[in-house]
Amino acid sequence: MRVFKRDMKLAFRATGQWLNPLLFFVIVVTLFPLGIGPGPNMLATIAPGVLWVSALLAMMLSLDALFANDFRDGTLEQMVLSGHPLTVVVIGKVMAHWVTSGLPLVILSPLLGLMMQLPEGAYLVLVGSLFLGTLSLSFIGAIGAALIVSVNQGGVLLSLLVLPLTVPVLIFGSGAVSAAGMGLEISAQLSVLFAIVFLAVSLAPLAIAGALRVGVAAGR
Amino acid sequence: MFQWIHRFGSAPFMYRFAGRLAPWLGALCLLSLVAGLYLGLVVAPADYEQGDSYRIIYIHVPAAWMSMFTYMVMAVSSAVFLIWRLKIADVVAEASAPIGAAFTAVALITGSFWGKPMWGTWWIWDARLTSELLLLFLYFGYMALRGSLDTPQSSAKAAAILAVVGVVNIPIIHFSVEWWNTLHQPATISKLDTPSMHISMLRPLLLMVLAFQLLYFYNLMIRVRTLILTREGRASWVAELDTKGPENA
Repeated sequence: MRVFKRDMKLAFRATGQWLNPLLFFVIVVTLFPLGIGPGPNMLATIAPGVLWVSALLAMMLSLDALFANDFRDGTLEQMVLSGHPLTVVVIGKVMAHWVTSGLPLVILSPLLGLMMQLPEGAYLVLVGSLFLGTLSLSFIGAIGAALIVSVNQGGVLLSLLVLPLTVPVLIFGSGAVSAAGMGLEISAQLSVLFAIVFLAVSLAPLAIAGALRVGVAAGR
Repeated sequence: MFQWIHRFGSAPFMYRFAGRLAPWLGALCLLSLVAGLYLGLVVAPADYEQGDSYRIIYIHVPAAWMSMFTYMVMAVSSAVFLIWRLKIADVVAEASAPIGAAFTAVALITGSFWGKPMWGTWWIWDARLTSELLLLFLYFGYMALRGSLDTPQSSAKAAAILAVVGVVNIPIIHFSVEWWNTLHQPATISKLDTPSMHISMLRPLLLMVLAFQLLYFYNLMIRVRTLILTREGRASWVAELDTKGPENA
């Protein structure tokens, strides 16, 4: 919990950290109507996918810094050595990451949905699926961020490691939004998203903690 | 039992064991490969629906099968390495990755050769195809992660964690044809009790699966030997090999 508060404080002092993913999200979504053409029918069809892919990329962008700064100034090593269960520390850090980068995307998404001509019935589902989805993306992505913590310039590597693992989230998330836009039943997709969230939140911290121990040992 | 595992864990033993096993595996592989190809490409009848082009199944299905099997070997040996710190398990995992990536690539390429005459397209964003492509990315990620960490211990452990985490994709690939009812046809020989293929087509397929399995283990043995030599280059037993020459190893 203390780790969570500390990370939150750090994030709000450095405005860029929580503003950058948000701006990236907005800019990427804006590029699609410009690149594909502003026809409302076309936009409505691709809106769920575009919103979801952009959210995923924005999350990737902020993952890089999740452990890297703490690793560089030695805080991470202190956390590993502190004797507190590392999984709990990790959960604090990942939750802080999600609140600063995932949650703003969720809150802003209806506005962008409006700009993308998203069909009426899909807004609640968009917000709900992104809520669940970004949470699991934070946890899954943190595994990758922890694995490459001692690698310099690991950005591309991070995407290579994490993106294959995030594809189910993307498929079911955007699937739910598309289905809702067409007025179809979405409980199946949402159940899978819930399952992924529970799996990610309960198992990912173990993998993250293991990876961080390796990373810290390698960096010494 | 534990003594037996311990013996396999020792690098010199494994090196000699792999060296002795490899020629046998290679010979058996060649034998079943020739027999399977002959029965599959010459003896087996043409399919009433797909004509002769179905014959690519004899490469495609074994390769796709092995792409998942190899990943499972990699993930299980990675788990063994993480739990019991058995170094040789890490060697097996590292040796498997490029072989598995090659099988995956073969499965994707032959699949697209099959897709062109059957579906009229080289590539389609079908569940099975997409998840197989993701498996290829997983292999690439695994190898890239290994290559990018400096110290051997940390790269081994980090890669092992990734391999274990990535195993969630295997059931997704395996069941994708049943979960999503898309273009790719469902598994052909999942029901061995009442095969949906005629026996004259099934027999060469099973032979080819055996051949690919042997091919994997043959490659594994060779790569394991190379990796052991690379890793233990400074050990005294390797130096002795040098003086005795490889034949006496």
